[in-house]
Amino acid sequence: MGKNLFNKVWDLHKVASLSETRDQLFIGLHLVHEVTSPQAFQELRDRGLSVKYPQRTVSTVDHIVPTQNQLIRPYRDDLAEQMLQAIEQNTSDFGLRFYGLDSDSQGIVHIIGPENGFTQPGITIACGDSHTSTHGAFGALAFGVGTSQVRDILATQTLAFERLQVKKIDVVGSRPDGIFAKDIILRIIADLGVMGGLGYAYEFAGPVIHGLSMEERMTVCNMSIEGGARAGYVNPDQITFDYLEGRPFSPKGEKFTEAVAHWQAMASDPDAEYDDVYQLDATSMSPMVTWGITPGQGIGVNENMPRLSEVDETEVEITQKAYEHMGFDEGQKIEGQKIDVAFIGSCTNGRISDFRAAAKVVKGRKVASHVKALAVPGSRKVKLQAEEEGLDRIFTEAGFEWREAGCSMCLAMNPDKLVGRQLSASTSNRNFIGRQGSSTGRTMLMSPAMVAAAAVEGAVADVRNLI
Amino acid sequence: MSNNPAVIKAVQGTAIPLPGNDVDTDRIIPARYLRSVTFEGLGAEVFKDERFNDDGSLKAHPFNEEKYAGAAILIVGRNFGCGSSREHAPQAIMRSGIKAIIGESFGEIFAGNCTSIGIPVCTADEQTIDELQKLVQNNPQLNFDLDLEAQTLSSVEKSVAVDINPAVKTALLAGTWNTLDELLQNEAVIEEVHQRLPSFV
Repeated sequence: MGKNLFNKVWDLHKVASLSETRDQLFIGLHLVHEVTSPQAFQELRDRGLSVKYPQRTVSTVDHIVPTQNQLIRPYRDDLAEQMLQAIEQNTSDFGLRFYGLDSDSQGIVHIIGPENGFTQPGITIACGDSHTSTHGAFGALAFGVGTSQVRDILATQTLAFERLQVKKIDVVGSRPDGIFAKDIILRIIADLGVMGGLGYAYEFAGPVIHGLSMEERMTVCNMSIEGGARAGYVNPDQITFDYLEGRPFSPKGEKFTEAVAHWQAMASDPDAEYDDVYQLDATSMSPMVTWGITPGQGIGVNENMPRLSEVDETEVEITQKAYEHMGFDEGQKIEGQKIDVAFIGSCTNGRISDFRAAAKVVKGRKVASHVKALAVPGSRKVKLQAEEEGLDRIFTEAGFEWREAGCSMCLAMNPDKLVGRQLSASTSNRNFIGRQGSSTGRTMLMSPAMVAAAAVEGAVADVRNLI
Repeated sequence: MSNNPAVIKAVQGTAIPLPGNDVDTDRIIPARYLRSVTFEGLGAEVFKDERFNDDGSLKAHPFNEEKYAGAAILIVGRNFGCGSSREHAPQAIMRSGIKAIIGESFGEIFAGNCTSIGIPVCTADEQTIDELQKLVQNNPQLNFDLDLEAQTLSSVEKSVAVDINPAVKTALLAGTWNTLDELLQNEAVIEEVHQRLPSFV
């Protein structure tokens, strides 16, 4: 039997066995941001340690930055200002590459890694952020870690980790019009549950996955963690290599040819072994919308919300809690639910193709008068590209606010927040209670095109009727 | 090694039940309370939105109940700590006085973060968890002894078996849950791996 990519990358990066099941794993690329790193840098200072291989660390500021008047300092929020100063000081003291407010490459850490060519196939990537799984789109082994492990990686470029099992998710059939990467991953999580990936890395495979662009693959891998899988990846193919060629930090010339040969060799063998396999046929899929408080509580836009009598016995408690929070009734239609806020952005859906897809729906239409609509590019490069294409004008003419790059309303560590019980149609990744900044706020996750449709209709709508 | 203060063999104390499944890290500590460069003071923010109304008045929540004050062992349901990688979540729980967590299952990054700060995370089946939560609700002053070597949670009322990841158990019993010292030891091999990896970054 052949080997899968997960085990090839693991073996290439294994430093030592620490105990029967724990290995010391070398981290090829460490991504750092302002929220989960200051305590780690402090521990390094306390112990007199330096960063082991500074060239393997890339840092930015994304979670706390306002998306309006981003350059005006000091920030009105003292705590945010303090965090920004800390990452500026820490990256300067320890000699790390930092895409801060003075850089045209600033943006969400999971967007700037790939767009600058740092994210490459066959490497291990870690970051103090659960959506690090995004980078698996390139055939990298990428996972989120806590602050203690950020400290470990800074000091040793390694961490103590247990090998995961691998579940292959084969997406077959063909993708219908109006169905996007976000719909595919929301369907997978609805089918396998939010615990389906515990102990696993997901290998996303099959003709539908390999027909996706790199940006779409990132959306799929991004939400692996929402299905309980710490990592998710797609084997690298020609689409991967074409994306990487010419990026600022991609190998150049002969080195690129060499790299491609290495990357191809890291892909799962045709006869590779898996611990589990799941197949999904995309042919009859509908656009997905979440109605509850976990990312697994999603249904097709034309379906009704589940009745308590229909859900699995183990799901009754969380279903009740979801209805209590969302204020929906069991068996109700999701289509037509009036929204208050539309948010397009985040590390899940803040890339140029996401804004193109949304702009296509928005063009020539107006945002419903009762809806506050935000379009927030994931990076300064995405913002610039969108503006060159005139997408910003399409959004603003329709009544969207066109903002500066950052995590924005995905997790509300900045001024962008829901107010009270507002119901938000959001392209982000989590519909957890309180996630978007109000303890009573409500979130429905969907694709950028579906959020655009909801914004102009003022309610959850089937985007297939608008394109 | 027996004098190593990092060795964790057992946790003793009263318990606090937190019924419900899929309690995510945003519920444990909402993102807006992560705006700090230290973990200090996080104990007061644990389950903030679930414990307080917007006007500061108290909601019904086990962490607000006087009868559970001083508890050392938190008893939770399924998929506890799912969601983000914020170490602030176990830090907030630890800083509120909790020294061990027993649940049906856990989010993986959360469980790893607990280990990193020396909080044992053990599992038991749904029925056992349910019975334990009821037992504590009816008798909040009951003292428990979590014995990590024997993998039992005992009180004068009953003793139940609990599971723990073998690698985590080894690390807690040996006092090596803070991984940094162990990782620093293999410097030569780390350099070798660094050199042998294709240097495309």
